[in-house]
Formats: sequence, structure tokens, C-alpha cells
Amino acid sequence: MPRRATEDSLATRLTVTIMSIAFIVLFLLMPLITVFTQALAQGWQAALAALKEPDAWYAIKLTLFVAAIAVPLNAVFGVAASWAIAKFDFWGKGFLVTLIDLPFSVSPVISGLVYVLIFGMAGWFGPWLRDHDIKIVFALPGIVLATMFVTFPFVARELIPLMEDQGREEEEAAVSLGASGFSTFWRVTLPNIKWGLLYGVLLCNARAMGEFGAVSVVSGHIRGQTDTMPLQVEVLYNDYQFVGAFAVASLLALLALVTLTLKSFLEWRYADEIAAAHRH
Amino acid sequence: MSLLVDKVTKRFDRFAALNDVSFEAPKGAFVALLGPSGSGKTTLLRILGGLEFADTGRVSHENEDWLAKPARDRRAGFVFQQYALFRHMTVEKNIAFGLEVRPRKIRPSRAEIARRVKDLLSLVQLDDLSRRYPSQLSGGQRQRVALARALAIEPRMLLLDEPFGALDAKVRKDLRHWLRSLHERLGLTTIFVTHDQEEALELADLVAVMNKGRIEQIAPPQELRDHPATPFVADFLGQGSEQQAAVIPLRPRVR
Repeated sequence: MPRRATEDSLATRLTVTIMSIAFIVLFLLMPLITVFTQALAQGWQAALAALKEPDAWYAIKLTLFVAAIAVPLNAVFGVAASWAIAKFDFWGKGFLVTLIDLPFSVSPVISGLVYVLIFGMAGWFGPWLRDHDIKIVFALPGIVLATMFVTFPFVARELIPLMEDQGREEEEAAVSLGASGFSTFWRVTLPNIKWGLLYGVLLCNARAMGEFGAVSVVSGHIRGQTDTMPLQVEVLYNDYQFVGAFAVASLLALLALVTLTLKSFLEWRYADEIAAAHRH
Repeated sequence: MSLLVDKVTKRFDRFAALNDVSFEAPKGAFVALLGPSGSGKTTLLRILGGLEFADTGRVSHENEDWLAKPARDRRAGFVFQQYALFRHMTVEKNIAFGLEVRPRKIRPSRAEIARRVKDLLSLVQLDDLSRRYPSQLSGGQRQRVALARALAIEPRMLLLDEPFGALDAKVRKDLRHWLRSLHERLGLTTIFVTHDQEEALELADLVAVMNKGRIEQIAPPQELRDHPATPFVADFLGQGSEQQAAVIPLRPRVR
């Protein structure tokens, strides 16, 4: 091995390496393994049967359904917001950037509570919504809203630095070559951000399916109606149905693993293109 | 006169980038906007290209109100200092872009676009590189792709922002001669921005010397050399190349 000027003594290197490996095993790997071993404690059949149980099965479908609405909407809003921020100058831009980060800095429970205070029975729009027979809190719309709020920053945060880095010149070139605004966006802006957008969507999706706090507040925990997968895990666990709880939990964990694998695979497969998108 | 710029003014916040700028150029002229950084030359070029908007003043081109047209309708071939090639497209896709985004009614057929791209590739001597991506090209090659892309739309005017700014000295000299001969072949009204007085005097029919948002003097190179109108012009042109080499690397790129 070539020697490096920054090389520390063997003892230091060993200590640091062992410390970080121990940390990863203890705090990241062990819990993950526990989830899967607990789920399979009574064999494949039991775990599978627990997933097929009507309430669990409903929770899975509900989670997929909520993500299927929240993620595409957040992708669209995220692209729109980052486009506005990165490609235009306007008054109050710094404030908007801060606002986008809000869901990251506010506790998810508060995010959920906000919707209860606005749309709940005692909230601003509560009586009006009741009179018009519209249910938002303790129903699907509330869950979707809370999920969207919590996961909004993922796409925008991924795209803003990328788009700022790429600048406006390619768009200017497109316009000077006669392209319409739509053409410019579709043929120049969007292809340049597609990998960043994909990452953002993957992360957004993982969080949308896994969100607990905000959804917990707005859902009202009606089994088979408003319990998503993370909520179902808690319900089952509190009922001492450990196999069921961990079976659903391992499904969520699996989703996270798939997300990470997909991300790494894309990074490896399209390394050249991703590098080119950043280069100027 | 083909191009007539009349009392154009442009401010950024409180900074006057252009202050009452007027000049005219005959059809097919090769005009250099020469000046130090911050003199407003790039702003003027961007206004002509429709990428920046003048606060006051008029520009007419071939008896049309040029500023009333949006950038996309001007057919002003703009070559950016950093080229601004579409990084996710191959060279041929870059060149074809301006034709492919035309509305269906006036868009050439696919075969016609391919033929024109091929002609342009050979015009800029890049026949073999049509399938490459911009990141796989050298600076000089990128420069020529950018030029071919601008020429593809059959521009009514060619606007070049520091066309040789990002190239090394040897490539710069070669491209300079090539660009001059290309200009003579195409007969397009061409305006280019430079801070290199040698480049301006050698290439252009008309040189506009700019300083602090004003045109100090616009004249053919010989007249500029023999009769500088202001002390600034005399001083700016008087700089020898040995001084210049010391000054240029320190200049920040100004937008």
C-alpha cells in the first residue's frame, strides 16, 4: 500500500474502524435483523398468514394508496418549487426556501395536529365540513394531507441544489433557438434533473409509507379504515400479536432496503450520466 | 442601416449597465463590442438576443421593431461564453434542437433535419463526432458545436459572447481565422463581445469601444487606431499585449 501523508498510527486507525463498525452493527444492523427474525419466529406460514389478516391487508393497501396519491403530487410540487427557486429571482425567495424545510424542522406530531385544528370538529372549518358531509380528519383525505406535508421537502431538497448548480444558460439557449416555455422545460430542464428527481421520489416514497407521527394524529386509529402500516404495527404490538406486528414491520423494512438498493444500483449504473449532469 | 440601436439604457438595481447606447451597423457587418469587464458589452449583447430587457431605447433590425419580438421569435443565433450545450444530448441532437422544436407546420421533415445537421457538422469540421456528448469534447470542439447549433436555425443575426474566452491561445488563433472566413461566406450580421483588443481589431469591420455602460467610439479598426476619440480609447487600445497577459487572468467573469 502506498503511504499517505495523512496516515495515522495503526492503533488510531483500528480504534476508529472498530468503533464505527460496532456502532453500525449495534444500532443499525441488529434492530433490522431482529425485525426479520421476530417476524419469522413461527415460520414463513405464520408471518404470511398475519399479513393476509383482513386489517393488516387493509393497512397495506391503504398505505400503498396514500403513497400513490402523495408521492406524485409531491413530485410535481417539488419540481415546480425548485424550478421557481433555482431559475428565477423574486422577492421573498429566501423565505420560500426556509418554508420548504419547515416539515423537516417541525415535529411530525405537530404537523398532524395542525390538520386536526384546521379541519377537525372543533377546528376552523369543522362545522362547515360537517354540514357538507365532508370528512377530512380521521379519514383518508387527512392521512394524505399529513403525509404530503411531512414528505414535501424530499423532492425539492434534492432538486434545488442540482438546478442551481446547472444554472439558467441551457434554458436561455433553448429559448434563443426558438423553443417554447413548455418545450424548454420538457426537453432541457426535465432531462437534466431526472436522476435527482428519481432519488427525491424514492426517498419521498419511503418516508410516505413509513410516516407514523403525523398520520397517527389525523388517522383516529380506526382499524380496517384509517390504520396505515406503521399504525398497524403499533396496534398489533400492543395486542401482543408479535408475529403480526413484526411481519408488517419487516414489510416496511424491506421497502427501505429495496429503496436503498435501487438508489445504489442507479448510482452505479448511470454514474457517467449523473456526473455529466453536475458538470458544467 | 440593417441594425440600429437607439439610446438603449439598462439598470440593474442602482448600477447603470448601459447608459444611452446608440450605434448602427450595415447588413453583414462584423461588429466587435470591446471593453473591460463591467463595461456593459455582454448586457448589450443579451438585450439584442432577447435574454435581457432594455429599460428604455429602441432597436430596429431590417426595419423591424426588434425589442418587441420575444427571444424565441428573433432567430438570433446566440453563442454563450460557456457554450451552454445541452449536456444530455449528443452533438447532432444539440444541433438539431432549434429545428425540432419548431411548430409542426414549419418544422422540416426528419430527413431534412438530418441532412442539415450533416451539412453543419461538416461546416464546423466535426463530422466524426456527431454521436458524442458535450462532456466528451474539447473546448474548441464545444465552441464549434455551439456555433453549428446557432446556425441551424438560419439566424438573422449572430451574437457571440466572448467566443474565444475559454480557449487556450493556440486554439484561439486558429478559430479566429476560421470564424472570419465563415463570416465572409455566410454574410450574416455578426456581433461579438470581447475584452481582447487585438482580437477585436483583427477580426471586426467595426469596433465599438465600451466603458462604464457607454460606447466611447465606434469605428473601423484603422480609424480607431489612427484617431482615438477619447483618452479612454487611446489608453485601452494602447495597451501592449505584454501588459494584457498580466491583466486578463485576474478579471472575474461578469454576467
